Amino acid sequence: MIRGVVRYVDERTGGAPFVRKALRYVFPDHWSFLLGEVALYLFMLLVATGTYLTFFFDDSVTPTTYYGTYAPLDGAQMSHAYQSVLHISFAVKAGLLIRQTHHWAADVFVATIVLHLMRVFFTGAFRKPRDLTYLLGVAMLGLALLEGFLGYSLVDDLLSGMGLAIGYSVALSIPLVGAPLATLLWGGPFPGSASFLPRLYIAHVLIIPILIGAILTLHLALVASRHHTQFKRTPRETERRVVGVPTFPGQVPRSLGLLCATWGVLFLLGGLVQVNPVWLWGPFHVGDATNGAQPDWYLGWLIGALRLVPSFDVVIGGYTVVPNPFWGGALFPLVVFSIVGLWPWLERKVTGDDAFHNLLDRPRDNPSRTGAGMALFVWVFLVFLAGSADRVYVWLGLSYSHQIWGYRVLVIVAPVLAFFITRRVCRELLAGERAALVRTTAEDASHV
Amino acid sequence: MSKLKDALIAGLVLLAGKRRKDPYANLPEQRIVEEGAPDRRAENVVLVLFAVVVICAVAFIVVYSFESLAHQTQYLGLAIGLAFVVLAAACIVIATRLIVTEELEEPYPDLEHPDESDAVAEIVEESGSRFTRKRLVRMAGLGAVGTLGAALITPALSLGPAFNTDKLKWTPWRRGRRLVDDAGKPLLASEIEEESFYSAYPEGADRELMGSPIIVVRVPLDELKTRHDWAPHGIVAFSKICTHAGCAVTLYRKPTFAPTQPRPALVCPCHYSTFDPAEGGKVIFGPAGRNLPQLPLTVDGKGYLRAAGTFNEPIGPSWWGVRRGRSVS
Amino acid sequence: MTRVALTLLVLVALAAPAALADSGPPRQGVVIDPGQHGAGLVGEGASLYAANCASCHGPHGVGVLKARRGAGDVPGQGPPLLGVGALSADFYLRTGYMPLENPSQQPSRSRVLFPEEEIRAMVAYVASLGEGPGIPRPQPQKGSVAAGNTLFLQNCAGCHQIVGAGGYVTGARVPPLEEATDRQIAEAVRIGPYLMPHFSEQRLTNTQLNSLIAYVDYAKHPDDAGGWSIGHLGPWPEGLVAWLIATSALVATCIVIGKRLKA
Repeated sequence: MIRGVVRYVDERTGGAPFVRKALRYVFPDHWSFLLGEVALYLFMLLVATGTYLTFFFDDSVTPTTYYGTYAPLDGAQMSHAYQSVLHISFAVKAGLLIRQTHHWAADVFVATIVLHLMRVFFTGAFRKPRDLTYLLGVAMLGLALLEGFLGYSLVDDLLSGMGLAIGYSVALSIPLVGAPLATLLWGGPFPGSASFLPRLYIAHVLIIPILIGAILTLHLALVASRHHTQFKRTPRETERRVVGVPTFPGQVPRSLGLLCATWGVLFLLGGLVQVNPVWLWGPFHVGDATNGAQPDWYLGWLIGALRLVPSFDVVIGGYTVVPNPFWGGALFPLVVFSIVGLWPWLERKVTGDDAFHNLLDRPRDNPSRTGAGMALFVWVFLVFLAGSADRVYVWLGLSYSHQIWGYRVLVIVAPVLAFFITRRVCRELLAGERAALVRTTAEDASHV
Repeated sequence: MSKLKDALIAGLVLLAGKRRKDPYANLPEQRIVEEGAPDRRAENVVLVLFAVVVICAVAFIVVYSFESLAHQTQYLGLAIGLAFVVLAAACIVIATRLIVTEELEEPYPDLEHPDESDAVAEIVEESGSRFTRKRLVRMAGLGAVGTLGAALITPALSLGPAFNTDKLKWTPWRRGRRLVDDAGKPLLASEIEEESFYSAYPEGADRELMGSPIIVVRVPLDELKTRHDWAPHGIVAFSKICTHAGCAVTLYRKPTFAPTQPRPALVCPCHYSTFDPAEGGKVIFGPAGRNLPQLPLTVDGKGYLRAAGTFNEPIGPSWWGVRRGRSVS
Repeated sequence: MTRVALTLLVLVALAAPAALADSGPPRQGVVIDPGQHGAGLVGEGASLYAANCASCHGPHGVGVLKARRGAGDVPGQGPPLLGVGALSADFYLRTGYMPLENPSQQPSRSRVLFPEEEIRAMVAYVASLGEGPGIPRPQPQKGSVAAGNTLFLQNCAGCHQIVGAGGYVTGARVPPLEEATDRQIAEAVRIGPYLMPHFSEQRLTNTQLNSLIAYVDYAKHPDDAGGWSIGHLGPWPEGLVAWLIATSALVATCIVIGKRLKA
């Protein structure tokens, strides 16, 4: 039977040699190599659940009065967009499950991309010949952040409206081009023209997903064309020879298992844990706001940055040149993404290492890189934590303003400390290994 | 129990494994994937797991079919989520216990192809032998394509009024415009109490503009530090939109007992920029770089609050080139 | 306009040494001395007041505008209570806002230190100090949750967060509302304790107040159609769940499936 099918297909496509090669493609085995795969499965889940949601979502900001099933908003003024999300949540069967799964998947999607990025960074997998692959990956992270922001902004609930106001202010704050850029995107001053939400919608469901899909294809094609990197586990793994399990039968059930596990976890979350209960936030109006409004976690570092910047605009002769939100909302992420994205080239410049690398470093094998990575991580993570200082105050009573001052000091001091401590730890670990090696060889020698 | 299980499995095997005629059956056997030992226990586990998947999937359909069911979302998620998790478990058992574990070696693809690369470059270079002024043609070509590109993206300007920053400064507030509350009722100056706050909008204007909402508080006259003529009876009005990042300034704090408690302030809940209503909306905490724009007020003959002009500086978040209001003195 | 009542802990001369030793508020209202301030509830309240409140609110509720050292060298300072009425005293005592350990501290919900009859006595005494509002009797069942939702958004959500989870206003912690009783909500709205604005009947009618309380009651246990509510705080706990539950589970799956460097 199988033979029949394969021959039938081959006779019409000539694909058998390619398929045979693909089936015996070698995957080096280490758990951390699977993180990117999880992100891929989440992307698939996002496209699937998102497509379902488009069948019910209405991208219109035309005002309407709500008389739906959710009584506490009875008679409230809201946009059709927000009303349609209430409809999905309360009136469409399985609608809330799919909506919540979609939202959770977005949260976890970015988390797994970040983990995958960290794995690639700390093992040096980004080195030649994979620097372009890496850059494409970083680009997808940036797009995923934007895509997530657009996604929850579409709902037109109170949180999304506040988030968009901040996004607008950050766009507006970019020197020179800010005002034209923001008014172009929004079709006028905030909250924008009636076509703004449809623009957001088409960007969220078409433009950015296609961009991510295209870059993803390229990313995977580049990975496959150069084959995977590998750890040196035995003498068999070398810069010239890759060792691992074949696609089939070895890798396929593992990947299918991972795919099912990913979707399973996400559906369980989507059904059991409430995410973004927009009916509780209520509709957005320009003059309304709530305490404790936060962006989704992956933009938490930006709210932290916006809150940490002290009160000042750059002003010349009574004219504002650089408004305050630029520093935390635009420059900070630009700097972080630039360092992360250009790291392969920076490292090559500093070390002069222009060689091909198929074998991975363990983090300790390159103390300076690991130290720098930790410093960057600590920097961003502290800014991220600063974004929750208000909630920490509510819970623990630590003065908000003291926390902010503490973070202002920490974000400068802690990364430097992190660099030196991490580098030292790596070096000690290596020295320990060398000592152990010397000892075992000496013992071996004494046995002879 | 185990006999029953064996019988069940035997039945399944008989059903599923009914031999069909294979036209290629008599081809010579030459293994690519090496043979492994069977593991009946693992196989049984996989069969059971598949059965559980079936149960979960059916449960999903059944739960879905209810027209109205409490916690339907949770049951649906549980059913479909468990179905996938159990299927994942089955796959993992297959991968770790039932699939022949092979470890293959393969050379990495050639890292470099210098000859091919050179050939590509050569083809491109040699193709232009008939041109005499290569650089000029190249520049002209680039210029042409670049200009065409610029032309093609020009229609993007239709997206919005890109070069008209006046729109950013425009607000519906004019001299004489009445303040109305959320229900559209005009605000009387006598209604405005100390130690409370009021949201107001320009009468008859679109409320969903950043320039519309204002926040009104009444400052005791002896505490008002500036712009007394803008504040009849100490009633001051400020744009409700934070000059930092555009959120609505919806927090008003006022001390119950001034000697031991912080002074009155307007606060934005997004990044906690804090403004002093007694001192022209001066920033006293948080990241805002510009004072909260103030709307001068007046009281008409019937006692209604009216705008006595427009805001003293552009409302909302700042941009390059925005003129700041004169500092409060 | 009436100001708000604050009762403040300071130790009475009698109890000073003992109280200094454990430095906390007294375990219960100390001395009851009927006869000195007249008999009955008000008299009992007067004694309790003298023992527990007077060092900050002054004798007979006249207030202490400038900090002064009282017994045990604890500074006393607080607003006058003349005319605050039973409403304020009831609120501050039943929420445990009063007595305070330190007059510059933010009052917050804590263990109520007085038994029921002592509270009633002090409320009666404070009410007797001047003409003031009585204890409100809100009827949230007569209100509309939907109307309350809108009112809450416009007047309260900026500080208390849209589902009443509490928050931050520059310089102070905004209390969550999950433990607030209907009566306490009504009282707080009329008083405006600490940094909260106050809302008179003209600003917020009793009908509106009923709706507002109906909404706050709803928001204590809102419709969690999505499942486990994780606190109605929005993206903050959602991020924790995304990382600590989902991402951890998926990484664990990867570790089960893939090899580790050292077996």
